[in-house]
Amino acid sequence: MAQYGLMINYEYCTGCHSCEFACRNEKNLSHEEWGIKMVELGPWKQGGKIEWNYMAIPTELCDVCKDRIAAGKKPACVHHCLAFCLDYGTIDELKAKLAEGDHKVILFVP
Amino acid sequence: MKKEWKWGTENDYYVRTAGWSPPGDHPVGCGMILHVKDGKLVGVEGDEEHPINNGRLCIRCLSLPEYVHHPQRIIYPMKRAGERGENKWIRITWDEALDTIEKRTKEIIAKYGSESIVVFQGTGREATQHSYALASAVFKTPNAVYAQSGWSCYGPRLAVDAFVFGGGYPEIDYAAMFEDRYDNPNYRVPEYIVLWGKSPLASNPDGFYGHSLIDMYKRGAKFITVDPRVNWLATRSEYHLQLRPGTDAAMALGWLNVIINEDLVDHDFVDNWTIGFDELAKRVQEYPPERVAEITWVPAETIKAAARAFAKARSAGIQWGLAIDAQPNGVQAAHAIICLLALTGNIDVPGGNILGPSHSLLGNWRFNEAGAELSEELRNKRIGQEYPGVLMTCPTAHPDSILDTLETDKPYPLRMAFISSSNFMAPTCSAQPKRWYKAMKEKMEFVVATDIFMNPTINACADIFLPVATFAEKDAIVFPHFGRNTQVMSAINKALTVGEAKSDLEITRLLGLRLNPSFWKEQTDAEFFTDRLADGDSGITFEMLREMGAYAPPNEYRKYEKGKLRPDGEPGFRTVTGFIELCSSLYPNFDEDPLPYFVEPPYSPVSTPELFEKYPLIMTSGARRFSSFHSEHRQIKSLRAIDPWPEIEIHPDTAAAYGIKNGDWVEVENMFGSARLKAKVTPIVHPKVVMCSHGWWYPEQDGAEPNLYGVWKSNINNLIPHKHVGKIGYGAPYKCMICRIRKADGVGIEY
Repeated sequence: MAQYGLMINYEYCTGCHSCEFACRNEKNLSHEEWGIKMVELGPWKQGGKIEWNYMAIPTELCDVCKDRIAAGKKPACVHHCLAFCLDYGTIDELKAKLAEGDHKVILFVP
Repeated sequence: MKKEWKWGTENDYYVRTAGWSPPGDHPVGCGMILHVKDGKLVGVEGDEEHPINNGRLCIRCLSLPEYVHHPQRIIYPMKRAGERGENKWIRITWDEALDTIEKRTKEIIAKYGSESIVVFQGTGREATQHSYALASAVFKTPNAVYAQSGWSCYGPRLAVDAFVFGGGYPEIDYAAMFEDRYDNPNYRVPEYIVLWGKSPLASNPDGFYGHSLIDMYKRGAKFITVDPRVNWLATRSEYHLQLRPGTDAAMALGWLNVIINEDLVDHDFVDNWTIGFDELAKRVQEYPPERVAEITWVPAETIKAAARAFAKARSAGIQWGLAIDAQPNGVQAAHAIICLLALTGNIDVPGGNILGPSHSLLGNWRFNEAGAELSEELRNKRIGQEYPGVLMTCPTAHPDSILDTLETDKPYPLRMAFISSSNFMAPTCSAQPKRWYKAMKEKMEFVVATDIFMNPTINACADIFLPVATFAEKDAIVFPHFGRNTQVMSAINKALTVGEAKSDLEITRLLGLRLNPSFWKEQTDAEFFTDRLADGDSGITFEMLREMGAYAPPNEYRKYEKGKLRPDGEPGFRTVTGFIELCSSLYPNFDEDPLPYFVEPPYSPVSTPELFEKYPLIMTSGARRFSSFHSEHRQIKSLRAIDPWPEIEIHPDTAAAYGIKNGDWVEVENMFGSARLKAKVTPIVHPKVVMCSHGWWYPEQDGAEPNLYGVWKSNINNLIPHKHVGKIGYGAPYKCMICRIRKADGVGIEY
C-alpha cells in the first residue's frame, strides 16, 4: 500500500478540537491519549498586529487511519475537521497539492 | 441522501439523524450517523451526505455518548425528599409525577388563577419551541418567560427586523437553499462578510453553520470584524474595528454617514423599496467619522475605509449578533445595521443577506393556535404591560417585569413555575441572579423542572424533576432560525431510549392531555410533526423527511419584487407601509425615536465618570467556546479538560499594573456584585476592557445550599443590573458594564 500522509492548512484551522475527538473515537483512546493534538501559536502581538494560529499535529499513534482508507473512507480527523483544513493522500498526491502554492501548509508523514 | 435512515441488526444498528438538543446547540441540524449496540450509543460519525455539515462535527456531538450515558445524568422522574436546596431527591414513577403536577396545578389555579403560573424557557434548545404552547395551551397562563434582562438574546433582533422590514432574521447567503451549495450558478460568494458583534465559529448562531464562514473565506470572501476583541476571525479579517463595548450604534451611524455623504448608495433600491431616506440622511450628519472615532475608540480612517469597502462591494452581508441584543441601545444599532444593508441593496440578493422562505414550521401552531387557548382576559394579564413593543413582538412576558412581580406580588402573585430546560440562575441568563433566587424561594409554592442533569436552579427551587431525552432519543425536526429563516430542515430520528427520559414535546403533550385535553391529540412526536408540516405548503410528511434526511423548502432571491413576502401577495416588505422603514412608522407608538441614534451605555467612562474612577475597566462577557453551550457541559470530562475554568481576559499592560499573572484567580467586582475567574493575560483585548466567561457553575462541588454547586462563585451576572433596558424594553448591558479587578484566592476546589 502506498505511503499516506496528512496535509494541514493552518490558515484555516480554527482550533475546534474536532480532529482530537474524532481520532480518539476512532482509535478508542482515553481522555489522556492523543492521536493528533491541536496546538495554539499566539495570540502574539508582533509586526504591529496579532498573530494567532492553531495547528493540528499528529502523534506517533497516527497511521493516517489506514483501516478507514482501506474501507474507502477518509481518516477520522479529515472527515470531521470543521474547517476542512486537513487533507490526506499519497505522498505524491499531497506533493502535487503543495505545488499549487497555498501558503501556511504543512505536510505530515507518519 | 441515502434512502434508508436505519440499518443493521436488532442489537447492533446505525441511525442517520441530525443534531439539535439536548445537549444544547442552536438548530443547525448537522447530519450524523449514530451507532447503537446492545442498547447503548457507542459511536458518532458525521454524515458526509448532509448538505450543510458535509460530514463535519464539533466536539459536542463527537462526545455525545459520554453525555447520553453520563453517570450523573438523571433518567427517571424524581421528587424532592428534603427541603428545597438540600439536594435530596427520590425516584418516582411518571404516573406519580404527572398526578402530582395535575393536582397541584389545579389547586394553584383555583387559589390564584392560572396567570400565577410562570413557564421559564432557556435559549437555543428545542424546548424553547414548545414552551409557548406549554404556557398558553397547557397551563393557560400568558406568562412564558425567558428570564434574561431585556430579553437580550435574539428577541431584540427579531423584533427590530419585524419593525423595520417585516420579519425574520436576514441571514448571510451561505448557499444553503441550493442542493449543490456554493457551486450553484445563481449563487455568489459575498465579497465582504461583516461580523458585527458575532463570532459564529463556536456558536453556530441561531442555526447558521458557523464554519460556513471558512467555506466562503476559501472561496474568496473577505471579512470585516466589528468586535471589542481580536477574536480569531479578526486575525483573518481585512478590517478589524476594535470598538468600545456598547458603541455599536454610533459605529453603524458613522458608516451610514460615510455611505450617504460619499453617495455610495444603491439609489434604485432605496427609491423603490425604502422610506425615510431623507430623514436618515439628515440624522447621520450628527455622526461624522471623527466624532464616531471619539466615541468608539476606532480611528476615523479605519471607519471610513471599512464603510467604503462594504458599500462598494459587488455583494456583501452583515451578521449581527447577541452583542447587539445585549445593550440598551441595541434596538438602534440593529436598525442602523439594517439601514446599511438597505442602502447598499444587499437584501435578499445573491451574496447578501437573504430572507427565508415563507413557510415557518411551527409558527402558526405555537403562536396562533396554541395562543388562542388563552382568553382575552388572560391575554391582557401578561406581565410587562409597560413594554407594549416587547409584548407585541414576543409571545412572552417581559423578563424584568416578571422579577418585579415576583418580588412585589403586583399586579398579582406568581406562585407556580414550570422550568423548561433553563438553568437561569447560572450566569447565562438572569441579571441579578441572587434576586431571582430569593424571589423564587420565597414566592413559589410549586415548581417543576425538566432537564438532563441536576443543576443549581433546579436544586434551589424545584419540587419535581422530569428527565428529558437527548436528540438521540427522539423524533423531531430541526429548523434553523427557529423557523424564521429556515433554508434547510433536517429530520431528527430516534436511535435509542435511555431510562425513562421523554422528549420535551412528549412531556408537553402528556401534561396537555391532562390539563387541557380538548387542544391536545394522543399521538407520537412523529405524527405531531407531520401535522405541523401539513400546516405549511411543503406537501411532505415527517416520514418523507426521514427518508430525505434534509429538505430545502422552495426559496428564491428578491422575493420582495415578486410579492412573496406579504400576505396580500403585493410586492414589497411585510411592514405597515410595505417598505423597509429607514425611519420607523411604529416607534413613535412606543415613545421611541423613529430614527437610529446613539446613547451611552448606562455605566461608562462618559455616562458615569465618577463611578468609572472607582471601576476603571469596561467589562464584556459571553464569548463562546467549542467546549460548552452556555451553562451546559461542565460535567463532561473530555470537554471540561479543554476549558477547565472560567476566564477573565486581561491585556498584558493592565495585568502588570494590577500585579496579576496568567492563571491567577481574579475577583472582578462592581457596585452590583462580584465574581471570581482565572486570569488569561492576552493582547486580544483592549487595555481598558476585560472579557469574562459566562455560564459557570461547578457540578463537581456540593450541590446543597448554600454552595449550590458553586453557582455564586463565578457568576458574572452578579455584576449586571436589573432593568436597565432600552426604551422599548429590549436590551440590557450584559456586554458593556464597568468593573475593577484584584488578585484573589481560588474558588475553594480542585478540579
